[in-house]
Amino acid sequence: MSEFCGHCGERLDARDHTVCAVHLVMEPPRFCEDCHRRMKVQVTPTGWVAECVEHGTLTG
Amino acid sequence: MTDILQRATTKVLDNGEGLSFDELVEVLQLPDEQIPALLELAHAVRMKHCGPEVEVEGIISLKTGGCPEDCHFCSQSGQFSSPVRSVWLDIPQLVKAAEETAATGATEFCIVAAVRGPDERLMSQVRDGIKAIQEAVDINVACSLGMLTQEQVDDLASMGVHRYNHNLEAARSYFTNVVTTHTWEERWETCEMVREAGMELCCGGLVGMGESLEQRAELAAQLAELAPHEVPLNFLNPRPGTPFGDLPIMDSQDALRTIAAFRLAMPRTILRYAGGRELTLGDLGTRDGLLGGINAVIVGNYLTTLGRAADADIELLADLKMPIKELAKTL
Ligand code: SF4
Ligand SMILES: [Zn+2]
Ligand SMILES: [Zn+2]
Repeated sequence: MSEFCGHCGERLDARDHTVCAVHLVMEPPRFCEDCHRRMKVQVTPTGWVAECVEHGTLTG
Repeated sequence: MTDILQRATTKVLDNGEGLSFDELVEVLQLPDEQIPALLELAHAVRMKHCGPEVEVEGIISLKTGGCPEDCHFCSQSGQFSSPVRSVWLDIPQLVKAAEETAATGATEFCIVAAVRGPDERLMSQVRDGIKAIQEAVDINVACSLGMLTQEQVDDLASMGVHRYNHNLEAARSYFTNVVTTHTWEERWETCEMVREAGMELCCGGLVGMGESLEQRAELAAQLAELAPHEVPLNFLNPRPGTPFGDLPIMDSQDALRTIAAFRLAMPRTILRYAGGRELTLGDLGTRDGLLGGINAVIVGNYLTTLGRAADADIELLADLKMPIKELAKTL
């Protein structure tokens, strides 16, 4: 289960993240949902890759 | 028809001359009910002086984030607490991105780096990248690597860079509200060097950064004076953590007036939708802009944010009966 918001990096139970969810349609996540570290994110013409040093790689 | 639209018809549509600064201010002040007539004129100008073709481009970030400059709209500046981390793309990934771009029907692939200007490491990465792309993909390669020295301009031209992007970003009179780490004049100088070296110049800017209507007209007039081959038009997408992060999203009617004004300032240039159109204009507005002076698009994603699916844009162009410009074969 993810604990953190991929857009703002704050705890999911800390506040409402509805606006963050809207952002995440138009941009890749910047924070790891497991540990809230800032991820290395590469956007390509048809997708994106986001990497957390601890929790590996996400793609979209 | 209002007076300014009548004058614009004669001057721009009939005679192919761009509007002056004062005339552009009048265009930007037209009331909402005049927008359909304004867009219709801008579209007629584009069809007459450029034709129905649309130029399609894909862009890729070779070096993301950590830029020492402080452009207040930019999530890649290292001076703000933006969540964008610094990252480099390797050559195989770069070639793959070029292949994906070419598969959409695009003829331009622009390699972008978030830097003040290129250092030796970046120039060598670009040199290797362009060579690898040229061996694998049939597409024009463009670059956007910040401010250049004359030597770097010459190097890029000799690598076969087809077009170089360097934006003015804002009107001269508004520039210091947007950037403090370099000057508008430095940007202008790089643009002139690029053009003199024989590369096509791509130079545009952003609107919706808190500038006045006059300053929007000023940017259009200054671009017209520079006469770039292509003008990318961005609408501010307020990025979290940047000084412009809390600015409102630009009004869609203002955005459409701006598109038409830019076309009436520069009847023959390639006028490209760049960042922010999804947010400012949505699907309907995107269509209105393509019928109001725009004749080029960026397909797929941007540098740090996502765009519409490439298919959606390609379908829209087919629907509007606007053919995608093909690669000019030099024999
Ligand atoms: S120079 Fe380019 S990458 Fe750097 S802050 Fe300005 S716009 Fe962003
Ligand atoms: Zn959030
Ligand atoms: Zn993690």
